[in-house]
Amino acid sequence: MAVRKLTCIECPKDCRLTVDIENFKVVKVAGNECPKGEKYAISEVENPARILTSAILGQGLELKMIPVRTDKPIPKSRIFEAMNEIKKIKVQKPLSAGDVILKNFLGLDVNLVSTRKAE
Amino acid sequence: MVTRELVIVGGGPAGMAAAVSAHENGIKDILLIERDQYLGGILNQCIHTGFGLSYFKEILTGPEYAGRFINKVKDMPGIEVSLKSIAVKLTKDRIVTFLKPGKIETVKAKAVIMATGCREKTREMVHISGTRPAGIFSAGLAQKLINIEGLLPGKEVVVVGSGDIGLIMARRFVLEGAKVKAIVEIQKETRGLLRNMVQCVEDFDIPVYFSHKISRIYGKNRVEKVSVVRVDNNFNEVHGSLFEITCDTILMSVGLIPENELIETAGVIIEENKTSAPGIFVCGNSFKIYDTADSVTEDSFLTGKLAADYVLS
Repeated sequence: MAVRKLTCIECPKDCRLTVDIENFKVVKVAGNECPKGEKYAISEVENPARILTSAILGQGLELKMIPVRTDKPIPKSRIFEAMNEIKKIKVQKPLSAGDVILKNFLGLDVNLVSTRKAE
Repeated sequence: MVTRELVIVGGGPAGMAAAVSAHENGIKDILLIERDQYLGGILNQCIHTGFGLSYFKEILTGPEYAGRFINKVKDMPGIEVSLKSIAVKLTKDRIVTFLKPGKIETVKAKAVIMATGCREKTREMVHISGTRPAGIFSAGLAQKLINIEGLLPGKEVVVVGSGDIGLIMARRFVLEGAKVKAIVEIQKETRGLLRNMVQCVEDFDIPVYFSHKISRIYGKNRVEKVSVVRVDNNFNEVHGSLFEITCDTILMSVGLIPENELIETAGVIIEENKTSAPGIFVCGNSFKIYDTADSVTEDSFLTGKLAADYVLS
């Protein structure tokens, strides 16, 4: 059995987690103050993922850069591939916060959404 | 002279929460002054997640957090927002002077809330010797250049200090294709949240030098390199530990200071969220530096109520 020390990143409390791992699977999580910590530890060990935030270029809109995010975490290993796609995007039509810019982003069953209104 | 029940200076998270709170507590004649062309303040450039966990119970980005408050403010008929308006003077008897394009306005208020946020410490405040080339930015300025202006200010970056904005900007530069060669922190551990050490620094294998400081900046027109030296427990340089890092950009992330210039020039002293002048209040990062926007919101809700109670008493 392996033991990994992690810091939960789900909120600013910075809980220090002790994670017992067997055959690449989490068997026990200690140190978490809430259930999010256990969920984070399992994800971090078995399939590490992050919400990606960046900004895309607006054309003819009041904002030059429109901030975006993935609506769910994406695998860490796909982050630079995702950034390459985000850099290609230009938008001309007005957006509200929450509008989907790309559906099923990178085939990952997550959406790339706007996080700010731009008219 | 124009009179108002409540004037709030600053339309960031603090000013917006104070306005909403004062309105909910019975004040229906509020003027909210914001120097930018949008409400939201620094939240608009904080495009990363981590906002809203305590107040909204969900993970939001800065612009999403701001957007929710902007909508609340717009839905309250008793709040008038004046954008592109910069306050230039405050007096003890609550007269606020502000400039907006083409005019100067003066308003007398029954109560004033100062919600002017904070400023970043500069290179000069931490005494780094060397030349004064282009390429030295505060972390927040680099954040504005990348996230608002769409400009990447450098390709090879050294971050001085490990405040949260510095850590977040280290990741942002890496995502945009720049190389972050080092984070140099004079303390033994990070000044930022551990979660940012994990998701901004460890995720991208950025080298961090704790108990180290920049001893000199080199470069004629543009930053060319820095020398780095280890420090002992008393922050004295350790002889023989010096090494150099080539870079074209230096980000300063060495702390924040409450912005209180108008309060000071008014001759007013801050006493918790109140001041020595009856009817003048202060909230958010202009009162003290908070770790999260949620804490700023909480502080400002409280202050909005204090101001409302004062006006109605």
